[in-house]
Amino acid sequence: MSAAAHAHGHGDHGVPPSTSADGPAPKRIIVAYGFWIFLLSDIIMFSALFATYAVLATATNGGPTGRQLFDYRNVAIETGCLLASSFTCGMMALAVDVENRLWTYVGAAVTFALGAIFLALELHEFADMIAQGATPQRSAFLSAFFTLVGCHGLHVSIGLLWLVVMMAQIWAKGFRDTILRRLLCFSLFWHALDIIWVAVFTIVYLMGGR
Amino acid sequence: MEAKLHDRAPGDESSGDRRHRTLTGLQAYLIGLVLAVIFTATSFWAASTNLLWAPGIPIGLAVLAVAQMGIHLVFFLHITTGPDNTNNVLALAFGVLIVALVVAGSLWIMANLNANMMPAPELMNMQMQH
Repeated sequence: MSAAAHAHGHGDHGVPPSTSADGPAPKRIIVAYGFWIFLLSDIIMFSALFATYAVLATATNGGPTGRQLFDYRNVAIETGCLLASSFTCGMMALAVDVENRLWTYVGAAVTFALGAIFLALELHEFADMIAQGATPQRSAFLSAFFTLVGCHGLHVSIGLLWLVVMMAQIWAKGFRDTILRRLLCFSLFWHALDIIWVAVFTIVYLMGGR
Repeated sequence: MEAKLHDRAPGDESSGDRRHRTLTGLQAYLIGLVLAVIFTATSFWAASTNLLWAPGIPIGLAVLAVAQMGIHLVFFLHITTGPDNTNNVLALAFGVLIVALVVAGSLWIMANLNANMMPAPELMNMQMQH
């Protein structure tokens, strides 16, 4: 049926063969879809790190285990910060939708602050572990742990940097179409990081700390 | 009008006038937040309590995590089963397939390798000699 509609459109209006009966999709949809594909490929990369961690979780080589190292309280606060920042990122997206500058800045500031607290807690945890001699070189388990959790932390750092750049762009250029598309991509990125963190706290901390 | 039915960008709220969009958007984020908090709290409780049957806890944690990821996808990323969302869902389904293959495949192969390897003490001795 779509082929028939397509042929019809082609015959009548000289539409290029690559477009659908409704014409090409708006750029906002194409950009966000492309970014969605990137996010999925990023998640596939993380799945390889998760698989590595799951295989090596018991390979402690006589060194400290997750049970001895992980502090549930700290992880719970980190989780709360990231979940709350995902919510405030949504609030920011709503403010962007009605093009309200003040609430966009407020939403971005709270999102940034919560993300920064998360990152600070994570770095503090890493420093604590390294001070106890639980360095990445100590065992295969710790190498896998630092690679997986560190990679997520690196993504959060990049997200924070991106957020600052986006706020500077809104400040300098206002709510242009290009900037609205970038903000949509940023929201997707930030929410996707929270999804990956759900897997991290479940597999690494809750299952590994038991 | 009909063109709008066909596609929606991932992360976009439903269409409609702005005020309506803001209200429904706010509602979705609030529902998502409440559900995510409930699932997270249950996970942490289940992992630290002695009241539950211990061997079942990892499976319970996995179920809670998958449910929470679903909540995030629907209420935060606005990936739904609506007709305007087909492309996004198909891409997601392919992603999930690859993730499942990578994780399950790695665990399966490595478990087999471990089972077929020589016992640990002998291996330790061999490594000592090098």
